[in-house]
Amino acid sequence: MAKLKIRENYHQARWDEPIIYELSTPGERGILVPEPEPEIKNKAGDVLLNLPESMCRKEEPNLPEISQKQVLAHYLHLSQETLGSNLNNDISQGTCTMKYNPRINEKLAGLIHHVHPLQDESTMQGLLAINYKFEHFLKEISGMDKFTLQPGGGSHAVYTAASIIRAYHESNGELEQRDEIITTIFSHPCDAATPATAGFKVVTLYPNEETGIPDLEALEEAVSERTAAVFITNPEDTGIYNREIDKFVQTVQNAGALCFYDQANANGMLGITRAREAGFDMCHFNVHKTFGTPHGCSGPGSGALGVREHLVRFLPVPTVEFDGEKYYLDYDKPESIGKVRGFFGVAPVTLKAYSWVMMLGAEGLKEVAEISVLNNNYLQKKVEEIPGVGTWYAEGRRRLEQVRYNWIELEEETGVGTDDIMRRIGDYGIQHYWTSHHPWVVPEPFTLEPCETYSKVDLEEYAAVLKKIAEEARKDSEFVKASPHKCASHNIAKPEELNDPEKWAITWRAYLRKHKK
Amino acid sequence: MKLGFIVNPIAGMGGKVGLKGTDGMEILEKARRLGAYPEAPKKAKKALKLLTPLINDIEILTYPGKMGEDEAIALGFNPKVLGEKKDIVGPDDTEEAARKMLDMDIDLLLFAGGDGTARNIYNVVGDKVPVLGIPAGVKIHSAVYANHPRSAGEVALKYLKGELTRIREAEVMDIDEAAFRKEQVTAKLYGYMKVPFEQQLVQSLKAGRPEEEESARDSIADRVVAEMKPDVLYIIGSGTSTRPIMEKLGLPNTLLGIDIVKNKKIVASDVSEREILEHIEGRKAKIIVTVIGGQGYIFGRGNQQLSGNVIRKIGIDNIRIIATKNKLVSLGGQPILVDTGDDKVNNMFNRYMRVVTSYNEEIIYKVKGL
Repeated sequence: MAKLKIRENYHQARWDEPIIYELSTPGERGILVPEPEPEIKNKAGDVLLNLPESMCRKEEPNLPEISQKQVLAHYLHLSQETLGSNLNNDISQGTCTMKYNPRINEKLAGLIHHVHPLQDESTMQGLLAINYKFEHFLKEISGMDKFTLQPGGGSHAVYTAASIIRAYHESNGELEQRDEIITTIFSHPCDAATPATAGFKVVTLYPNEETGIPDLEALEEAVSERTAAVFITNPEDTGIYNREIDKFVQTVQNAGALCFYDQANANGMLGITRAREAGFDMCHFNVHKTFGTPHGCSGPGSGALGVREHLVRFLPVPTVEFDGEKYYLDYDKPESIGKVRGFFGVAPVTLKAYSWVMMLGAEGLKEVAEISVLNNNYLQKKVEEIPGVGTWYAEGRRRLEQVRYNWIELEEETGVGTDDIMRRIGDYGIQHYWTSHHPWVVPEPFTLEPCETYSKVDLEEYAAVLKKIAEEARKDSEFVKASPHKCASHNIAKPEELNDPEKWAITWRAYLRKHKK
Repeated sequence: MKLGFIVNPIAGMGGKVGLKGTDGMEILEKARRLGAYPEAPKKAKKALKLLTPLINDIEILTYPGKMGEDEAIALGFNPKVLGEKKDIVGPDDTEEAARKMLDMDIDLLLFAGGDGTARNIYNVVGDKVPVLGIPAGVKIHSAVYANHPRSAGEVALKYLKGELTRIREAEVMDIDEAAFRKEQVTAKLYGYMKVPFEQQLVQSLKAGRPEEEESARDSIADRVVAEMKPDVLYIIGSGTSTRPIMEKLGLPNTLLGIDIVKNKKIVASDVSEREILEHIEGRKAKIIVTVIGGQGYIFGRGNQQLSGNVIRKIGIDNIRIIATKNKLVSLGGQPILVDTGDDKVNNMFNRYMRVVTSYNEEIIYKVKGL
């Protein structure tokens, strides 16, 4: 087995790289596009004249003018100032379900770049088949009756759920009366935010200190004839699994409301429990988390939303169907909430996820859950042994696939808090951790989620680095507070400006306007 | 930059010998006999030590001996000492020191003590200059104190360096020590002082920025006003969270007292328990209350007028609790507390209740009657 080694002498590249606009020299070009030959010119005329006026810019775009070499150097430098996705110990991004994304799937996704969603259905039967079959997998995994793959991410799927709930109560003539949704403080924030966007009021439950999950009694106080639905994440952000979830569902459904299960991070339960058996009306998966496809800048997201039979008629259009001979797009849903995004899904993500499931098989999916939980149990033991670390709520009880820890004790003792430690982690060449959604109900929080793709050494490395930093905090708190010391960029010069709309600038144009007056 | 620095050297002495505060010379003697020793100077030094990087940039104005001079000199500062040295110091000296410093245009007043000290400072300073408390007393109900001495030093350092520019209003609260020593708790909200704001480091505002808090309170007030029904008496509790309700109605507000509103017009201001009982007799009424202070009371601290009798007459279902999310988070998972002095009424509150946290949001939170 590989040996644990903390990278004590790590140092990140620091290029002090200018913004690309600052490298710009008027007239400089990376590629000189050749003029068309006179013959072509004569025949085709000025093709730009055929562009509709509404599509033409009034002014030339302000682009940096820069040579190829400089562009390559610039982006190489920037890439050296990151730790990279998929190439690092990412177990620390709790709630994100960061796992290794197999390269083969990226290759496969490259094979469909020529397909356009406006092509005739008959010319993309393979792609539709993959969509249809992946939906079938999700139905098996969750027990739901029908899925849409149209939403472009987790929150988008949850918003779609809220829209379907609105349509459902409207069809029953109860929408005006049912204007509240219930969620919990440790459910994902989109479980409150997206129903609010859809026009619902939000009622939030707090957990019981001892069990770490809300009491049924609290839910009963919240449920009434005004309840439209419950939106709940399980296991919650704390990593605690609500074993009474079926009773929650029953209580809500008895009041005539619907139940939505947020399964953005389903890593701890694949093949173990299903939303259907808990009684839920709907659930969703973040395909780019649980199903092995990359997050963020490495690829687009995808949120798969599943519903039970009584809600199928409200799903977005089109759905992908099979008539026994061919696959086709079905727009014939008069009660559909309409489209929530163009076309029928994020095709490359669906393809990668389909491939991921096919490689693992049913037994493999279950193994994913088992190893994720095992990894988490092992890491929890290691991390809790570090003096200064605590776990709020349900002390001594095992979490599922992630844990929200805290540094309350260390902070009280040394003044070094979670943000300080987070910055110091970068000095050891591994990813800093995710603290918590806001507000910080657990003070000085950090959240670790060691998915199935990490090795024992990865887990030990992370715990060892945290332990080392806690020791540093006791020896020299100012040193840790002043960290990072070996990263590409150390501190934000004026952190208060991040909070100030007059100062923050996320584009070059905004920067010039706000700072170069 | 000019920093006022006041230490109440006897603050906190009662705590370790179980005396619940040291307000009063007699009690102080008793504390000394029981073996209490001054805690505050040590804690004040812990905070002031963090300002040593500014030793050449700030002028410290302080009072003689243990009231600040000794602590400052021990850390290598060269403070300007006001006032005469006395063997025994008391609340008058704290107030006199604050008054002299105020006259000399200080930028920040850093003081060490407990709730009694905060009150003395408040009597003189009010909201004229920003202050920051180093927690050293037995009773720390006031939100003008930092979480611990070190964080007081950190906030002061950042404020004096100009890295913190934002200010929030923080509660000055105190309980009657004589009653407290007899196991009766009566707390009062005395007012608000201006405190430099730093996320994480100042009591009871662990996550919220002042502007967030303000907009959350505004949104709550919109909800309360929108829900108001004709001919119902609305009994508006004290505190900064209820203030925007009165502002939205264009009515005068009693920050530290109770007002009654009907049909969006003022019926009575700053009412006593007796007056409330008279007004609600035979009428439908609702109470709007917020969580006061860092310890999470809705009744029994700062609003004794809303007595057990009043609550019983109005009914628990006619109580609307309002609080910003950050205020609830700052309770650290502890329940909202009720201490009306009436056990039966207190017991009615042992349940989950709805708390309005914005126009469209409520939190179901545990309430506990003492």
